Amino acid sequence: MSRPDSVAVLGVGMHPWGALGKSFVEYGLVAARAALADAGIGWRDVQLVVGGETIRNGYPGFVAGSALSQALGWQGAPVASCYAACATGAQALSTARAHILAGLADVVLVVGADTTPKGFFAPVGGDRPDDPDWLRFRLLGATNPAYFGLYARRRMAIRGTTEADFAAVKVKNARAGSLNPYARFRAEVDAETVLNSPMVSDPLRLLQICATSDGAAAVVLASEEYARRKQRDAVRIRAISAITPEYPRTVPDFPYLASDSAAISPPASRTFRESLAWSAYESCGLGPEDMDLAEVYDLTTAMELDWYEEIGLCAAGEAEKLLHDGATALGGRVPVNASGGLSSFGEAIPAQAIAQLCELTWQLRGDAGTRQVAGARAGVAVNQGLFGHGAAMVVAHA
Amino acid sequence: MTDGIPAAPGTDAWFHDGPDGFVLLAGRCTACGALSFPPRPIPGCPNPDCDGLEQHPHALSTTGSLWSYTDARYVPPPPYPRPPDTEFSPYALAAVELDAERMIVLGQVAPGVAVSELTVGMPMRLVPGVLVSSAGVEERVWNWRPGA
Ligand SMILES: [Zn+2]
Repeated sequence: MSRPDSVAVLGVGMHPWGALGKSFVEYGLVAARAALADAGIGWRDVQLVVGGETIRNGYPGFVAGSALSQALGWQGAPVASCYAACATGAQALSTARAHILAGLADVVLVVGADTTPKGFFAPVGGDRPDDPDWLRFRLLGATNPAYFGLYARRRMAIRGTTEADFAAVKVKNARAGSLNPYARFRAEVDAETVLNSPMVSDPLRLLQICATSDGAAAVVLASEEYARRKQRDAVRIRAISAITPEYPRTVPDFPYLASDSAAISPPASRTFRESLAWSAYESCGLGPEDMDLAEVYDLTTAMELDWYEEIGLCAAGEAEKLLHDGATALGGRVPVNASGGLSSFGEAIPAQAIAQLCELTWQLRGDAGTRQVAGARAGVAVNQGLFGHGAAMVVAHA
Repeated sequence: MTDGIPAAPGTDAWFHDGPDGFVLLAGRCTACGALSFPPRPIPGCPNPDCDGLEQHPHALSTTGSLWSYTDARYVPPPPYPRPPDTEFSPYALAAVELDAERMIVLGQVAPGVAVSELTVGMPMRLVPGVLVSSAGVEERVWNWRPGA
């Protein structure tokens, strides 16, 4: 059935994640060619290229959309490049979707690729005291894991979550990742190993925090009419919310040094993270009860538990029960991170949200091999990043 | 700056060290009263329903309750200072909720206080802190310390 708000996912492709030492353009090229082949179209059929940027390469991602267009051979298509921190890929998809829904393009290639240095993410160099990201490192030494540690400790204090609960998330995601040929970390891990890994930012240990990685993902999106002409029984994107927080933010999100003050203006009924998935649900009329699986941005094991509640898979305070009941494992009621998640991939920022869409697409088409979620018909993906960026998307069968 | 230690880079007008003690300074919108910490470096108000352009310094409460905490066991990357000839010493970080302002402010915990001494909800108070730059120069920052 054709809907006025849906676009077709005609094809998807990835380059395996890893620490591979090649150019991000090469990763992106491999992913793009895979997506085009999966879609059954040629590069010259593409009417718009949207690239996801990274900020660590001087020119933003060497201007990703253009770099990929040149790598595939200039063919004249319009180009766009997006930066939205961890939501970069989702913003690129949103841009592609908007062009298609507006009738400006029938078929769009979206690519995200990155080469990532090992270790802590750090701001770009130089003295830049007008940049909140620079200030939090310079004044506080507040790395990303430090912020994650704050959120994890807060959860332990108000929900009674234990380190063992966090470790169980890693065990679950490592098992799923072991079944994914594109994942970087493919070994199963037991809870004891997680709990004996070095403490990075109390209460989070090394194996509870996602690594950084090289990687790439690409998708071909198309209008309903184009998909019908190609006779593709494609998966549909039903909603993308790439939104900003509502004032006042009640949580000190990174890279900021404080939350907003709620003394004068009362906070919105939903936190920013809650608003991501819910605004996507509301725009397409599907809800968490309709979701057969979810891909969530598990920057840490603790954050995955937060997402369960924030995207509505369970009530507040029930994430640990949902986890231990096996509901979010492969074979459970609503598997979360069937791909293995960031836990198994590591973070290749501009590629990550596009990779989430790749996984949902494979799952909904029944192409996910040994990690297949049986009978999956709808799924949700969500992410959050620096500077008030975040996004969610809902994907469903046509 | 009564003791002559200059404010750390980027923190001009973020705090005041006077005879009445050490305080953090928010920007307060003269039209609606909305607070910003750090004070906004640009005109305007964080409240989307306010057209105010002007802010005045406003001393924040110096006590609050511990919203959460963590620490850093590994050397953070630059620009976190690495003073010459000194070993990295792990530090704790606190997120403290100010009751009156209903605002959470991050800061390093005063040296010598370990995470094992911290509990979510405990009272915390603001104290002046010292950061040593990579050039070995002392700089004024703010710290949180347990206590009312
Ligand atoms: Zn105002």
